[in-house]
Amino acid sequence: MGKNVPAASGRALRLRRHNSKSTIKRWFPLFVLPTFLCFIIGFVLPFYQGITLSTYNFTVPNFGDTLVIPNADASAVQMESVGLQNYEKALDAGFMNAFWNTASFAIVSIVLINVVAFAIAYALTQKMRGSNVFRTVFFMPNLIGGVVLGYIWNLIFGAILQEYGTYLTANATYGFWGLVILVAWQQIGYMMIIYIAGLQAVSEDMLEAARIDGANGWQSLFRVIIPNVMPSITICTFLTLTNSFKMFDQNLALTGGLPQIIDKEAMAKINSTELLALNIFSTYNTSKNHHGVAQAKAVIFFVLVAVLALTQQWATRRKEVQQ
Amino acid sequence: MAKKTPRIGKKYTVGSTILTAFFTVLCLVWLIPIIEVFINAFKHNNAINLDAFALPTKETFVGFANFVKGFTFGNYPFVKSLLYSLIITVSSVALILLFCSMTAWYIARVGSVFSKIFYYLCLFSMIVPFQMVMFALSYTVDRLGLNTPYTIPVVYLGFGAGLAIFMFVGFVKGIPLDIEEAASIDGCGPVRTYFKVVLPMLKPTLISVGILELMWVWNDYLLPYLVLDINEYRTIPIHVQYLKGSYGTVDLGATMAIILMSILPIIIVYMFCQKHIIKGVAAGAVKG
Amino acid sequence: MKKIIALVLVAMMVIGVFAGCAEEETKTTEPKATTPAGTEDTTPAGTEDPTPSESEPAVVSGGSVYYLNFKPEFDEALQQLAADYTAETGVEVKILTAASGGYSDALNSEMAKSDAPTIFNIGNLAGLADWDEYALDLTDTAIAAELATNDFNLYNEAGELKAIGNCYESFGIIVNTELLEQAGYTLADITNFESLKTVAEDITARSEELGFCAFSAAGLDGSSSWRFSGHLATLPLHYEGVNTNVAEITGEKIDLFKNVWDLYINNSSADPKALSTGTGDESTAMFKEGKAVFYQNGTWEYAGLIEAGMTDEQLAMIPIYCGAEGEENAALCSGTENCWAINAKASEEDIQASIDFLVWLVTDEEASATYVEQLGAVPFKNCPASSNKFVADGNAMLAEGKTSISWAFNYTPNVDSWRAGVVTALTAYSADQSEANWQAVVDAFVTGWAIEYAAVNG
Repeated sequence: MGKNVPAASGRALRLRRHNSKSTIKRWFPLFVLPTFLCFIIGFVLPFYQGITLSTYNFTVPNFGDTLVIPNADASAVQMESVGLQNYEKALDAGFMNAFWNTASFAIVSIVLINVVAFAIAYALTQKMRGSNVFRTVFFMPNLIGGVVLGYIWNLIFGAILQEYGTYLTANATYGFWGLVILVAWQQIGYMMIIYIAGLQAVSEDMLEAARIDGANGWQSLFRVIIPNVMPSITICTFLTLTNSFKMFDQNLALTGGLPQIIDKEAMAKINSTELLALNIFSTYNTSKNHHGVAQAKAVIFFVLVAVLALTQQWATRRKEVQQ
Repeated sequence: MAKKTPRIGKKYTVGSTILTAFFTVLCLVWLIPIIEVFINAFKHNNAINLDAFALPTKETFVGFANFVKGFTFGNYPFVKSLLYSLIITVSSVALILLFCSMTAWYIARVGSVFSKIFYYLCLFSMIVPFQMVMFALSYTVDRLGLNTPYTIPVVYLGFGAGLAIFMFVGFVKGIPLDIEEAASIDGCGPVRTYFKVVLPMLKPTLISVGILELMWVWNDYLLPYLVLDINEYRTIPIHVQYLKGSYGTVDLGATMAIILMSILPIIIVYMFCQKHIIKGVAAGAVKG
Repeated sequence: MKKIIALVLVAMMVIGVFAGCAEEETKTTEPKATTPAGTEDTTPAGTEDPTPSESEPAVVSGGSVYYLNFKPEFDEALQQLAADYTAETGVEVKILTAASGGYSDALNSEMAKSDAPTIFNIGNLAGLADWDEYALDLTDTAIAAELATNDFNLYNEAGELKAIGNCYESFGIIVNTELLEQAGYTLADITNFESLKTVAEDITARSEELGFCAFSAAGLDGSSSWRFSGHLATLPLHYEGVNTNVAEITGEKIDLFKNVWDLYINNSSADPKALSTGTGDESTAMFKEGKAVFYQNGTWEYAGLIEAGMTDEQLAMIPIYCGAEGEENAALCSGTENCWAINAKASEEDIQASIDFLVWLVTDEEASATYVEQLGAVPFKNCPASSNKFVADGNAMLAEGKTSISWAFNYTPNVDSWRAGVVTALTAYSADQSEANWQAVVDAFVTGWAIEYAAVNG
């Protein structure tokens, strides 16, 4: 993006009449206010309410007309403040199971998606007939929404497993790997695009230099190419990580968390293919005295995602700097 | 651009021909799910159950019957959900692009405490999963009467502002001040400077943000599901999810036809502007 | 300093706007009710009669009705009735039908909205415990005055009438008597589980020659599984003696369930391994097309079968024989999980409009005729008698002195979730009829019950 207009001799001009900060500021109501108001409605307020709700037992939220004060509307159904009780209940067997599912799903899909996407990107940046067509095809699944994808793969897995006299929700393994395949199919194309952009930025000269130094294909891959596409790798791992942690639509549409298993020890029902986001959703729908627990789970989920994202960013930033 | 300069060989080598062959096969495999939808959309219900992979035969081919049925199947006219999806997506994306780029310019140019706070709030919102706010959001949106397809763009602008502002700010910061200053010397106020000078320069970013938001809003299930009055307004993802097991009838043929009708528009759009989409994704990712 | 002041001002403005919006919202809900806009939207495509609602003068009371419907098979007719009512009175009636198995999700989310349902369904006492504070005391209301019997109503602990049983249904095994005769039997040959089994197995043995099988597919897709996780499950619960909201069940009579289930899946042309995706439609189609003699379902299925061209002479309903002691004297399983409750949190106008609508539904000549035709036996005095053959069969059994089996599944805690667990286990068992898989079904029944009870009451 460095090709923007060469720097003009602006210093002298700056002394004259120009749009100073204060003139721009006058336009605050036009430039910022609409976005800011929507941001309050769409994010800040529900975020605050979400935190608050996690300490209440509620059927229906009630913040009255102000939308900020709990139980402000006396004529509506009242919420019951329960302190941190919801958090104690939140880490139940279902949530823990969903956590481990999500963690293993994240690891498997990060590795699978990135390795395959990188390999395809690498091959497509070689001199090859039809590489544009291939790129188009690989990217296509990205355009299809999670729910629709879930439906399509439901049909495919169903048809395949039917041949073997079984079905997708017969056990957790099928559902898990089904989701992995679905998500890989969907996201490989996207990551491939990012890797292609990264690979194309690796300079010819450097590769030439490596070749002259007698590096073979593998050596130049690992010593020259990979270090140079590190930023792309960072982005793709970050995206696949957050995508898998936030996975919902595909999970819902493919198995809906089924099969359900009874854990006699914990006296709990566990949806064996459920990931965290779906667990929050289904907890909410378990019964109306679980609404607060579901919100508490959501807060924990948020903290988890935030910590993961920040750690990953921090770790890779450090690595990039070192290089 | 490096791709255009041929590497070593002058011609396609044997190795590259093998590679092409391999990728041709792989791409066909890649397309199986979409082909599956396509062939099953023309098959009789029972035939889909029996063997979903079989091509339609004389007995199982039903022509466009599934499509005709699909228009009314699921207790909701498909055209309506298509229309609502279009309305919501187009207006939300337009709103996000316009307002977020304006806000981003303001934030980048006015380094006040407020703009800094807002900017960091935006960054913060990017790591907050939707589950965190969804129960409260559906309540608040409902209370404010924003639960229609015509007002839901406000919610999308609110929840989607974070990423968009972040990307726009990154780009605006790279624009040298001098150009804007030149404009102001010519007598342009901030509004004209923004629309005449800054906005045109933002075009590549507008495209990449636009594409990311487009893919998000069009395919989003949970937000409209929680926020809209499902009885009256269904978007395509909601429509599809409701086909499953609803009302005691499962009609795979009609379902496949609906799915095909819902992915076809996107694929056609993609075919026409795939260059932009792929570039947009690459640019967007490098920024993020 | 200026910045801080600006920030405070913005904050105040924002709050001001919200307060304004919120107020506006409460103000706008009422006028919205009288505007007929949107009535067209609420009726599905294909409504042929021109809705004259546009020209209809607004009703003085100004209330509107939002009916959250529990019965998918009633949806189409109900939408039509609502449109008729709007055309007649100008009162807006919105109908939302929950997907099968998704009613409690829908109720939860709809009730959270400012425009919440005014009429909703409470299935049983457990449901009443959940929604008691939302249910209006219906004692002495105009709709309560229409009742011919109070047998199907739900009362809370304080004895208030909270939900009105609005139809009375029976289920059993629907028999295609014509096919049965072709196979060389008559209804009189089936008097208990033993004889049912003998007949079914004989038909299975000769199914190729006969061209049909004994039982229609016992599909376990969501569109069909409620027939088993709900209806069939009532037998072991009933014979165990479940007649209130118990925290635990013993499952001592679960073998009765197994008897019937094994019979269903092993005497059908449907592959037991493929039941996971078997839909309600497939099963119904098998029966309608004369490919199966027996089909477990309820009185509500009658209208559909007649519509498909079957005749009263071909059809009969017999009890589900399961091998319980004294089942020769059992009649059909009768009861209801359809009880109208009125949202006590709704505005007075809406409550009045809702009651008016329900009264119209069971008193208006045409409406009540449709209502009865759709739902079979109904407990309202001004409704016409039902022409339903299955209802008549049930009444004949009662006249013979047999006793009906209560709907013990009405006491199931967190019913959708409990059923989902049973279906999962049942699907696995059907695909592989092993002892271990059966044990999982038992667990889903017994342990699942305790878990769900704790989830709802804990």
